Amino acid sequence: MIPRHLAIGMAVLLAAALSLSFYAWHFRKTVVTTAVSSTDTRPLAPPVAGPTERVTLFIAHDEDGTLRGESAQIPLPSGRQQRAEELLRALLSLYLDKSSSHVLGPGADVRSVFLVDPGVAVIDLNSAFADTHRSGALVEELTVASLIHTISANTPGVVRVKILVDGKERDTLAGHADLSDYYDVSAVNQLATQLAQ
Amino acid sequence: MPWIRILRAVGFRRTERSARSTGRAPSKSGGTVGSPGLAMILLTAILFTAILLSGAAPEKHLAIYSTVANYSLPVVQREGRDYVGLLEILEPLGRVSAKSDTQRWRLRYNNIQGDFFVGKTHARIQGRDADLGGKFLEENDRGFVPVSSLSSLLPRILGGPVTLHEESSRLFIGSVATHFTASLSGENRLVFNFTAPVNPMIATEPGKLRMTFSREPVVAPAAPTLTFGSKTIPSANYTESNGTAVVAVTTTAPVIASFSNEGRTITITPATAAASAAQNVTQPASAIPAAATPPAVLGPAGSGAPGTAATAAGGSGSGLPGSGAPVAAPPVFRRYFAVVDASHGGDDHGETLSPTLLEKDITVALARSLRTELESRGITTLVLRDSDANLSLDQRAIFANADHAAIYISLHAASSGHGVRVYTALLPYGDDDRGPFRSWTDAQHAWLPLSTSVASAVAAELQKRQITVRTLSAPMRPLNNVTGAAIAVEVAPQGSDLSQLTAPDYQQLITGAVATAIASAHEQLGVAP
Repeated sequence: MIPRHLAIGMAVLLAAALSLSFYAWHFRKTVVTTAVSSTDTRPLAPPVAGPTERVTLFIAHDEDGTLRGESAQIPLPSGRQQRAEELLRALLSLYLDKSSSHVLGPGADVRSVFLVDPGVAVIDLNSAFADTHRSGALVEELTVASLIHTISANTPGVVRVKILVDGKERDTLAGHADLSDYYDVSAVNQLATQLAQ
Repeated sequence: MPWIRILRAVGFRRTERSARSTGRAPSKSGGTVGSPGLAMILLTAILFTAILLSGAAPEKHLAIYSTVANYSLPVVQREGRDYVGLLEILEPLGRVSAKSDTQRWRLRYNNIQGDFFVGKTHARIQGRDADLGGKFLEENDRGFVPVSSLSSLLPRILGGPVTLHEESSRLFIGSVATHFTASLSGENRLVFNFTAPVNPMIATEPGKLRMTFSREPVVAPAAPTLTFGSKTIPSANYTESNGTAVVAVTTTAPVIASFSNEGRTITITPATAAASAAQNVTQPASAIPAAATPPAVLGPAGSGAPGTAATAAGGSGSGLPGSGAPVAAPPVFRRYFAVVDASHGGDDHGETLSPTLLEKDITVALARSLRTELESRGITTLVLRDSDANLSLDQRAIFANADHAAIYISLHAASSGHGVRVYTALLPYGDDDRGPFRSWTDAQHAWLPLSTSVASAVAAELQKRQITVRTLSAPMRPLNNVTGAAIAVEVAPQGSDLSQLTAPDYQQLITGAVATAIASAHEQLGVAP
């Protein structure tokens, strides 16, 4: 016969174990929910307000591997650097659409664009942009050409472009397109002509 | 056992002497009470000495590689740091002198002047401060600096880049590194290709063949462990320590190593295969190295003339390794006309075409197919990656450039688009060439018109075979680093069926067209294969 105080002690311990298990399970569920919300790609800030301008975005089309200029009316701030950022964000908003002709991975974004004289543009992409990018020579080349040609066509004076990922140099975008060097804008313009055909 | 024999002899003589001195006859059993005791003392002393010697750390050396000379200097331990004599490092490299007064040690190297102060962690080079990261020491008028300071100190004195592998005590002055690739050729033949002649010490032990490079500036491949997917030679491992680099090849059967291509190629083959290859070239059986049991090694000849072994067996640079028999034919330096590069490999999968299909696997199959097609047209071909090995982009370019190949062809595979894309380099915003030195980033510049012409020829040949084709420029390394005609060929399926990429007839259709175009551009490429 188990003494009464031992039986009570066991029951209390069992109850404590059960309640801790329930708490741990509940806690885990909360963490999973938090992790999901951290990858939420909904916008945090309102879009840029102000007068709209007509710009040319060079949009990649995977189905025939071409890059085609398309006119768009977008609101642009007055600062040269902010304009460049907004241009690329407008371009990316097209690529983030699931029905896009050149889909980018979820969460892909441009962190910032720096315009450094004389004639240097530095495009800083976020890690989701590169990490979720599809691998392939043509598909990566289309992305790079689209970004650089859109910037250079709408921002006079840019002669070379450097692409960073999360503020750091990276060898390639997704295994093919070289990101280790500065792009020569005139060479990319010629490439854009090839890709338009 | 020789040890026991020696001890017995010592014990016996001692017994005789003691017997003579006491006038007693020596015991037949060979022992007075003192003899085994003496033997035991001697044995203990020898064992103790052996243990002490084996436990002592080997003398540390700093291996220095430069374009002028490769040499080694002793490293001394002071205040818990590794130190090396600065004057001794610079002596083989140029005119150097040093003058010492009480607290200052003045160094002059060519036109550069440096002032070092005993016990101080800073020096002045050409009047500007240099951090040594540890105290400067002077002993017998010799100036010692911490080894760790060399990577920042020497560029200031020598005016060029210096790379220090501090852990392994190896110092590279300038771009002197020797890179290598390892790939399987056939099922059991492992071929190491080096960018410069090498002459390692080769040793075997059960399950391992070890190549020790003590004089050559051999550097690590992209990953220290290379796997080959062969049962006989599953992997190789690269390590560095105390001024040497070691490549250990893991094997499951006895193997031999042979040299060819003027010491730039080392071929590892199972001993039995090598023996039969040697017989096939009608060498006398006695010339085959002792039936390779225990595993025999055909290292470089004693005269330091690598190449003879492979020439004996195959008659060409990449022939089967053979015997160490004397050979009438002179060593042949095989120069590859085409370098075919299977892109990606190892950790770099390239595009994941399907859950079971990786780009790196397709490119190897395409590379092998292209080699067959090119060689059937009389074009000597080197496949840069013939296994699942890691190979950096720089290494790929170095191999193509070191071989002076007439054409470099990088192979890719893709799921997007249709047919084939032929790329030439999209040159980056380049650095200027400096004097005789060409910028690495746009080294391709002078060859770009030739590359474009070859790309057009390849596209035309593919079109003849009803394959959809585009020619484009692309920012794809290492095309821009190659000093010769260089193209990349990206193969996609004709339709939407990805399995076409693995179909041998589709692969052959494309590689056949590429090979035909290269063969027809042979004159244009300018160098006979």
